[in-house]
Amino acid sequence: MSEFYEKDISGCGIIAIMNEKGMGISGERVMSAIVSMRERTNGLGGGFAAYGIYPEYRDCYAFHIMFDTPQAKDEAEGFLKTRCLMQEEEAIPTRPNRYITNPPLLWRYFLRPKDQYINGTSEADFMVSLVMHINAEVVGGFVASSGKNMGVFKGVGYPEDIGDFFRLDEYKGYIWTAHGRFPTNSQGWWGGAHPFSLLDWTVVHNGEISSYGINKRYLEHFGYRCTLFTDTEVMAYLFDLLIRKHGLPLELAAKVLSAPFWDEIGRMEGSQRDFFTSLRIIYGSALVNGPFAVVVGHASGMVALNDRIKLRPLVAARDGDMLYIASEDSAIREICPHPQKVWTPKAGEPVVGTLKPPIQEEHRKWEGRSQPPQQWFGHPYR
Amino acid sequence: MAYALYPSEFRIERDQDRCIACQVCVRQCANDGHIYDSEDDFVSSDESRCVGCHRCGTLCPTGAITIRENPMHFKTNANWTARALRDIYKQAETGGVLLTGMGCDRSYPIYFDRILLNASQVTNPSIDPLREPMELRTFLGSKPDRIELDPSGKGIRLSTNLAPQLVLETPILFSAMSYGSISYNACWALARAAKVEGTFYNTGEGGLHRDFYPYGENTIVQVASGRFGVHADYLDVAAAIEIKIGQGAKPGIGGHLPGEKVSEQISQTRMIPVGTDALSPAPHHDIYSIEDLRQLIFALKEATRYSKPVGVKIAAVHNVAPIASGIVRAGADMVAIDGLRGGTGAAPITIRDNVGIPIELAIAAVDSRLREEGIRHRASIIAAGGFRNSADVTKAIALGADAVYIGTAALVAMGCHLCQKCYTGKCNWGIATQDPYLTKRLNPKIAERRLGNLLRGWSLEIKEMLGGMGINAIESLRGNREHLRGVGLTEAELKILGIKSAGEAW
Repeated sequence: MSEFYEKDISGCGIIAIMNEKGMGISGERVMSAIVSMRERTNGLGGGFAAYGIYPEYRDCYAFHIMFDTPQAKDEAEGFLKTRCLMQEEEAIPTRPNRYITNPPLLWRYFLRPKDQYINGTSEADFMVSLVMHINAEVVGGFVASSGKNMGVFKGVGYPEDIGDFFRLDEYKGYIWTAHGRFPTNSQGWWGGAHPFSLLDWTVVHNGEISSYGINKRYLEHFGYRCTLFTDTEVMAYLFDLLIRKHGLPLELAAKVLSAPFWDEIGRMEGSQRDFFTSLRIIYGSALVNGPFAVVVGHASGMVALNDRIKLRPLVAARDGDMLYIASEDSAIREICPHPQKVWTPKAGEPVVGTLKPPIQEEHRKWEGRSQPPQQWFGHPYR
Repeated sequence: MAYALYPSEFRIERDQDRCIACQVCVRQCANDGHIYDSEDDFVSSDESRCVGCHRCGTLCPTGAITIRENPMHFKTNANWTARALRDIYKQAETGGVLLTGMGCDRSYPIYFDRILLNASQVTNPSIDPLREPMELRTFLGSKPDRIELDPSGKGIRLSTNLAPQLVLETPILFSAMSYGSISYNACWALARAAKVEGTFYNTGEGGLHRDFYPYGENTIVQVASGRFGVHADYLDVAAAIEIKIGQGAKPGIGGHLPGEKVSEQISQTRMIPVGTDALSPAPHHDIYSIEDLRQLIFALKEATRYSKPVGVKIAAVHNVAPIASGIVRAGADMVAIDGLRGGTGAAPITIRDNVGIPIELAIAAVDSRLREEGIRHRASIIAAGGFRNSADVTKAIALGADAVYIGTAALVAMGCHLCQKCYTGKCNWGIATQDPYLTKRLNPKIAERRLGNLLRGWSLEIKEMLGGMGINAIESLRGNREHLRGVGLTEAELKILGIKSAGEAW
């Protein structure tokens, strides 16, 4: 075949694996899965999110922060120390390799907010304000993740090299999401790699958000400041807004971001039709338009979602307690050659993985009820 | 009458080789611009009467007539232009306020022509509206800023009902044009087209003829300072109510309907005597501040049992953003903003051409202001004033409007040639007149179809533009200024419009 007919596959590669019973999975597995999608990346960004990696600090907010300069580090630490009790602070362990160059200073802090500073708002809102402050005001400082018992490891390079650099083979988590970037819209910088994270929300995203302009302005209305020059950020904030602040169940949040078409709503029966009509009327500015495949992780599960007309690839598989989601079937087969079930989720239909053991009772209690189980989704911040 | 001291504005050129003296032009011209001499079987012209409406030239069966601007120049003078001189001659003749019709025709910047739209290439695919769903459905009315779920009910349910909304299948409505300023047939065509196309038309301040009550579900009724034709049935039959404070063509003054146009039917609809001038007061005599407006909004909501949205229409003036903010806080569900180029049936030239600001800047300023104050969701913005094509509509929505009103474009679709003589009641196209000899020229069924075609054509084009941007629902365009770029604009203009310069990536 002539080279002119070779298809140029561009975009990003994403993979997410989860054990719904909460059993630890080694970072090695997710790294070997994402290697098989190297063609989908160009070495300008890779990253991982891992849940359940800091059981010894499960009650502390784990801040992974990148600093360009020691001054930025001093400034951010000073800011945090006045407002939080610092349980532990340390450099994130790394293993230098020849593919990773010029890393920033990489530190992690295990924090508890000081009560007198929370001052009327919720603890979670307070922690969000700290993250927003550092990202917007501290020059050369960037909070990569800020949730409990989880962390984001990311940087400029191919994802497997980033994983090796951060020694991810030494961590065990019950959810891993990973991303290899083929950036087009923003230049490759360490903070700009995926996953994007806020509290325990993490987002890996393949796509471009054509509704970015209005999503950003909509989020500003609720006090979010989009500072990262990337559209994926709005994805993370929209999930935070819809689920944590507005109390929508995850499935409904997915129906806001990837709204059913009016034709489809028109075919629904009475009360459901009215409900989805209202949902679209109220949340029109939160509709995410443009091609995307996204996996959102949180402390008690993960959800994968495609845009309304499935313009990006997304495959899911189940095998026992394991849930796999990836851009390509091959990445799943790499670590699970014969899953019990493999399917291609339909446009706008979320794939949901839910952590079962520790919160099973709570989950049951809320089943069939419409009030969002706030505890269920955000249980660490009750 | 003495001869005018200025030459006629137009030349009527009649090709005598083609003219068959059939007298179509004589019968078509309500201004008596064509004269038939039966002794000589010869048609001649009185050019001083020509208004440039092109009715004769369009209908001449042999194509014998050409209307040209009079090539005779006033001596070139950058300050004392032909227009300035002619206005003075006319004013010296009459001693009155010079009237005109339609929107401002001066050469102020048209910002729509300095704003360019985006399209997808490679990194996100454009969407083909011929093959994929593309949604223009638009809801107008007040919205909550978050959903409240009912915690007690089984399944998913709202705990509160949404405020009443207007549902539009395309984000374009027919702007306020009163029965009186335009003919019965023109009103009928607008009502029917709105119904067929799933949108709304606006009665203007002329009341609603009872024949049109069956179109109530697609009717927005106006309550203006003259209160013409406002009564309980009028409010009840409508889908929404609009309080008219101002109009882009004549901010600060009330509506004018010359007595010449007040026929028996119009007198009944407006509840005024036949032949009287219908002059709306400049302000509402019960609204001297924002709290009074609030009272009227809620009086109308009470009168209609909170069953329909109540909007407020204002002209785009210098303080349009804070005014709109006040209107939203006063409880309006919709704010209509009419820009500098908004049309009219009759307005003083000097007001029309010198008062107000362009709609593009007004939309951007209002949308930004309402967002800054966190109240943008509480009311929908309808922009009006000089929308010429689907690109103007698309740009207005990207700047922040929920929908647009079209008036002039709708009239043009029905045949209007913008001669700007609506106030004379002698519209040769049968639109802005009440003379039965003229109104019967407008076939309401044909006009309805032409209006429908215009809406469908524009909607298809909007879908193409949306698809090109990689968007398949209009709500993802609304206020999405990332899809706009300015060319040839100053820093200040870019800042007010909230858009980047062409060449700047995001």
